[in-house]
Amino acid sequence: MNVRRFLLRFTALGYLLLVLLGPLAMVFVRAFDQGAGALWRTLSDPNTVHAFELTTVIAGITVPLNTVFGVVCALAIVRRRFPGAGLVNALVDLPLAISPVVVGLSLFLLYGRTGWFGPWFERHGTQILFALPSMVIATIFVSLPFVAREVVPTLREIGDEQEQAARTLGASGWQTFWRITLPSIRWAVVYGVVLTTARCLGEYGAVAVVSGNLEGKTQTATLRVQDAYENFNQAGAYGVALVLAAMSVVVLVAMTLVKPREESV
Amino acid sequence: MSIVVRNVSKRFGIFQALDDVSLDVEGGALTALLGPSGSGKSTLLRIIAGLEWPDAGEIQLAGEDATALSTQQRGVGFVFQHYAAFKHMSVRENIAFGLKVRKRPKEEIRSRVNDLLALVQLQGFGDRYPAQLSGGQRQRMALARALAPEPRVLLLDEPFGALDARVRAELRGWLRRLHDETHTTTVFVTHDQEEAMDVADEVVVMNRGRVEQVAPPRELYDAPANEFVMSFVGRANRIGNTWVRPHDLEVVLEPNGSTREAQVERVVHLGFEVRAELVRDDGEQLAVQLTRDQAAALELARGQIVYVRPTRETVF
Repeated sequence: MNVRRFLLRFTALGYLLLVLLGPLAMVFVRAFDQGAGALWRTLSDPNTVHAFELTTVIAGITVPLNTVFGVVCALAIVRRRFPGAGLVNALVDLPLAISPVVVGLSLFLLYGRTGWFGPWFERHGTQILFALPSMVIATIFVSLPFVAREVVPTLREIGDEQEQAARTLGASGWQTFWRITLPSIRWAVVYGVVLTTARCLGEYGAVAVVSGNLEGKTQTATLRVQDAYENFNQAGAYGVALVLAAMSVVVLVAMTLVKPREESV
Repeated sequence: MSIVVRNVSKRFGIFQALDDVSLDVEGGALTALLGPSGSGKSTLLRIIAGLEWPDAGEIQLAGEDATALSTQQRGVGFVFQHYAAFKHMSVRENIAFGLKVRKRPKEEIRSRVNDLLALVQLQGFGDRYPAQLSGGQRQRMALARALAPEPRVLLLDEPFGALDARVRAELRGWLRRLHDETHTTTVFVTHDQEEAMDVADEVVVMNRGRVEQVAPPRELYDAPANEFVMSFVGRANRIGNTWVRPHDLEVVLEPNGSTREAQVERVVHLGFEVRAELVRDDGEQLAVQLTRDQAAALELARGQIVYVRPTRETVF
């Protein structure tokens, strides 16, 4: 019995080590290959700083929007019975099924010179492609499902009796949402936000297609990693990758610390 | 505050939950909705509360049409079978909820919550969370929460259904006393006839989405309106077209002119009474209820031959 348990643990941990921690450790080691000085030089490069700023801005717009949308969407799927609820439920998952590159291409077709919306925006002097708007739209699309996916099962599990009780006690729909529903699903929302943030920070494919990857203009952190790597700037690539990984780890750790131990999402 | 239900129907898919139900509940009364599961009693209660919408019909509260009012506007207190406690709030916050959403002054909320904690005997539990309470305590908290905004009507949906027998009996008596003090119009749903008879002034018997009878407990038992009520409220033997209660059968050891022969199949000593199952010579099964003394005098035993005679019969 003990041997089996040991084997199970060993396999699970080994897998984790091999697939997750190994590469991460490699990034860490390689980033410091040419010393802390070289690393600092790479990271303080104005174009690198800009890339991180851009990634942060995109995440800063996307995460709040997708959080609100995800919660509203989950409420619609679980609490309202309307024709097409199943379709909405399936549609929310679409971004998980579609390759980000395809998403990027479809945006290209929509907002390009000969696309459906492209000419209209061009006439009104708004640049969508090769600019922030298309990068935000692409990121919104790929990180759409995470909040809804976390919140839907929690909403199902808590049921609607507490909400009904609140209504009988004289609470409006709005009061019921803020005082009863939201506190009950808060950890699901937090977890969804963490996943959404991580996805935003890491998004590559869709953004790569629509951004044009202009250094210092439309280059996000992940694009910068690829760029540096292709230009044989290994220290640069590993340096940026290290910071990206660190950002994700910080978000995850912050969530673990904030979340009370006895509660399970 | 009086409640009037007029010709209410409700359908869930192909299931007819309520079929043209009308009901008058007097202001200040304590009424039980009694029926088997699926009889529509909970649906009726939820429609009165505005938690469910009728397909047809009208609800009046205090003489005014309330059919179109939302739950929020109806001013009813509702207690759920599974408590519906706000898990992320302390007992105190749970009870204060209805007052907080009405933006009552802090001081008023404090003193009202204190009064209610005392009323439901939960002083000292105010800072606990629902997860730290027993079922009975949770339900008392839910009751205090429902009473806090001083509802015009108190509605309880199988309030004691999830509790064990002893706590259930305790809370029953407690609900009765509470009603005698406050005289809030109260309607509770139950499938337990003893609970309905024990607590309510008036019992509404429901079956298959219809009201079968509305009567005080005693009348319900002594003068059931139809066969359903006869068989659902209390036990009854059906012999051909006549119905006989188990305690309305006289059992003797020697035959006389009006008795029939029967054989004892089973004797159950419940402590406070003795129940016996007899098979009459024509094959009819009879349940008989005897006092301890009667049973002792007869020395009933399995296989014994006795003679029975109904002392009181009902024919519909």
